[in-house]
This record gives sequence, structure tokens and C-alpha cells, in this order.
Amino acid sequence: MLVNGIKSRPVYTGLTIDPNAGRHLFALEGEGPQALFDQVQQVGAGFLASAQILYVPTTAAPKDHAAKIAALKPDDLWLAPTIAVLLNRFRNELSRATMRTRIYVAGTEGFIGQVMRETLDFGVDHKSIRNEHRGSEARRVQCVHCKGITEDVKTSPYACTHCGLNLLVRDHYSRRLAAFQGVSIEAEEPGTAPPPEELFR
Amino acid sequence: MNIKFKQETFRDDFSFQNSPEAIRRFPFPFHEDKYMYSVNMEPHVPGSKGHAYETLIDVDEHYISEMADRAKVLKEDPLRCQALPHMMQAQWDTLELLMEQMAEGYPDLFTLTRQADQWHWINRPLNIDQKFTFGDVTTLPCEPMEYITRQSQGDFCIVDQRDNNLWMDAGIATTQADWSLDFDIGMNFMEWHGPVPLAHQMGVFERALKFLLNLQQGKPVRRLNWTMTINPRLDTSPENYHKWGSDRMTVTPENVGQKVHLRCELQSLWRLPRSNAILFVIRCYLLKMGELVEVPKWGRRFPRVLKSLPPELVDYKGLTRFRDMTVEWLSKYDDGKPTSPGIYPD
Repeated sequence: MLVNGIKSRPVYTGLTIDPNAGRHLFALEGEGPQALFDQVQQVGAGFLASAQILYVPTTAAPKDHAAKIAALKPDDLWLAPTIAVLLNRFRNELSRATMRTRIYVAGTEGFIGQVMRETLDFGVDHKSIRNEHRGSEARRVQCVHCKGITEDVKTSPYACTHCGLNLLVRDHYSRRLAAFQGVSIEAEEPGTAPPPEELFR
Repeated sequence: MNIKFKQETFRDDFSFQNSPEAIRRFPFPFHEDKYMYSVNMEPHVPGSKGHAYETLIDVDEHYISEMADRAKVLKEDPLRCQALPHMMQAQWDTLELLMEQMAEGYPDLFTLTRQADQWHWINRPLNIDQKFTFGDVTTLPCEPMEYITRQSQGDFCIVDQRDNNLWMDAGIATTQADWSLDFDIGMNFMEWHGPVPLAHQMGVFERALKFLLNLQQGKPVRRLNWTMTINPRLDTSPENYHKWGSDRMTVTPENVGQKVHLRCELQSLWRLPRSNAILFVIRCYLLKMGELVEVPKWGRRFPRVLKSLPPELVDYKGLTRFRDMTVEWLSKYDDGKPTSPGIYPD
């Protein structure tokens, strides 16, 4: 059912700390802090003295990641109530960021994609961003027909939350839209959509 | 050159058809009785008279009607034409190239007069007379890529070259074989070809990219690509797939000759002089099965090609529902005789 193995699909290479960075800017979501904690275990907490951490605790049953980050005493920890608010702040930080700033992103794919998209406008090479997928595999998908974006898609097909068409989730991914592509699964023979299959837990 | 322009449609009543001359000039994409992906690029040089290769930017009997169809698509969905902000110089390069090629290829139809940056463009078939300042967007009714590609058959992508890759950073797509410009804009060469099966593993895209990164100005190249379309519909976009997809259910043994079309893309690639970008022209030609068999060599070859396609390609090109029926219909034109090499009619 799922169209697999497509080259545009992002690969998340891990949140490795850059020892040469002058400033570490983190954007974390949900289970994303786990990637940060792993790094602290591996390389120590020294980098946190020059780290700014933006965190949105979005998971359904949030563990107390925020308190745990605070206990590590980063230079700055800022909590956002929603992803949209975090993105605003992140944009603002980028506009003031200087050379030797390293950007790190961890959380769900939809979150990573949206943060990466913000950096496009600032001319940041996407390959320079360290990222790690943590948490749910639910996807952010754009309906190719009405262009509406549906967050947290767990099944394929899924019904577009905007136009209602039953969409096959492809592995074709757009960095500019920060979304996978959804295409009508019954365009040729309406009424033949198979039942949704949970593919992205 | 005396082109008799047709008034015809590519939607609703689908009145499109090819004249006998248009059939013979069709760029038939199979040089042998089978097909597989390859880096099938060759120099884009003028070909023989009466063929689509005759001039480098081909204008044919469908010109006026195709431009009317494009205008309709753009009116419905403006996202079919987009350019990222850093592509403005490449847009002007594109306008220059297309105007030069059309004026050179068809002096009776198009005239370009230039005095320094003061340009005068006359397009007689579309009744356009435009004076503008080259490089000054405010002197045209819209941005330069959109302006000239509303007057040029085929889809156009302008790809930027950086980091040893090609980036699809501008384009117009209203006659596309099921890919979305709005989704793919900003992607690199490997990414926008992501969904194509088999070819990645064959190394086709790596070789093609290497080749294109070294493309020289003044030495354009071309290749032919193909698929099949039910009804002569130019706009087979993913955006509208839920509207045209069911066409594939309407093929019957009686209507194959009229409904089923071979869709050929004549792709030409041009290095642009100022921006160092590449203009990627994807010119679409449609040929009904009933028209294809007018050329006996093609009537023999095409069923053989269709029969021997790998299943992944049948699926990717969307032929599953009507391939067998089409092969069956075509087989009465295949007498089993050998075919001559090359794409041209005997």
C-alpha cells in the first residue's frame, strides 16, 4: 500500500554535538529531548553553557523532559505552548543568530520539517542542520488536490481534513512544504478506496 | 513554412486530432521493438524537414489551441507557474532564448527586434505586439518566464546549478505527465526524480546528472520520454487526477483507436548564458492509436514495445487498466515483419 523507497524522503542523521560551534541553538519537540540527553551522556554537558533550547512538550503523555533539561542548566531554556509559537521564536532567533551558530532539531518528522523550512529563508544549507527523529512516526501530508495540509497522519489512505478525498500517502517529500504528498487512491475508480492501514505509529 | 493552425480542444469534447503531416512529424520515441530507461541524450540539432526536430523550438498546428488550454489551466490554478526569487535572471535568459529560437525558426510568425535593451516582440498567430525593456519586469504584463511560456508549447522548468546538483527553482507545468510543480519546486535532481522506479538502481540519474552539470552553452541536448494518456488531455496533473483518473476506465475494444494516445515528451535542455541555469523544455505530443497505425512501422513496433514492458513501468506510467486491450487492438497491425532501426517512418 505504502509507496516506498523514494529518494526525496529525508534521512535524519542524528543530533551529534558540533564541538566547534560557538553557540548551539536547539529546537525540540515532544520526545526530542531524549536525543539531547543521549548526547549529554556521550560528550558531557559542557556544550550546554552556550546552548539555547526552545522546547515544545507536545506528546500526549508528556514525560517531565522540561524539568530534566532545566536541571542540566543550559544557558537558556524557553518553553513554547505550541509548535506555531515555537516556530515564531525560532525565526526570531535566526534573524539574530551569528556565525558559528549550529542548529539542532529533534522531534517528530512534521516538526523537524517545519523547523528546517524556517531556515530556508535564511539561506541555511539544510545539510548543515543536525537532526534526529524522535517520537511518533505520524506524518505531515499535503493533499496534492486541494493543497490542504493534514498533521499527524497515521494511516494510509487517510481522508484529507480539508477536501475529504481519500489519499494514498507517498514517500515523496517536499522540504519547501515540509510535507509528504497525498494523492487520491480511488481517482480511477471512485468508491474503491481500501480501509485505512495504520502505517505511521 | 505554412502552418495551418487548428481550433481544437484538449478537454470536454476533446476535438484534438493530428493532420496527416502532423502524424508523420510526430517524435516517435522507440528506436527499437523494446523499451527500457537509458541516458538517451543526443545533441539537439535541427533535423529533417517535416519532423518535430526541424527547428529547435517546434511550433506546430496545435499552437494556438494549446496556448488557449494553458491559459485556462493557469486561470484555474495559478500555482502551475512559479519561480523562486533568485531565478529572475534565469527568467530573462529563458525569454531571450525562446524569442530568438521562435523568431529564427518561424520568421513569418514571430519577429524580434532589439536595440540595446529596447526590445520589440511580435507574435502574429496570437496577435501580440509587445515593446519592453529587457531586464525590467515592470515593462511586461507578467514575469518574463510566464510571459514567454504563455506563448510557447510545452512545459518549462528552469533549474539552477549549485553544490554539484540541479535545483528545480522555477517552472510552468500545464501539460505534465502526472507530476506536481508546486510540490517539486525547490527540489534537487535526485529528489524530483524520486518516484521514478528502477532507474535509480540502474544509475541512470547519476549519469544523467553528471552529463547535465557539464552542459555547454550553445550545445543543447535532447531526449524522448513517453507515457500514454486516455483522451487527448494535455493537463494530466496530479492536482486534477481525481477528475481525469476515471478516464482510464472508459477504454473499450471499440474505442481504443480514438481514446488511447501515445504521449511523447520531447525534452530539450539548454544552458542559459547569464544565470548559468539550465532550461528544461518538456514538449508534449499526442498521437491517437488510430493515427499511430497510419505509419506501418510504428503499428508493428508499438504493440511489441507494450508487450515487453517491465511490470514496474506499466504501473508507474499508469497503463495497467488498458495496456492489454491496447496491445490486442494494435496486434492486427503487426504482421510480424522486422522493423527498420531508428524512430522515423520508412
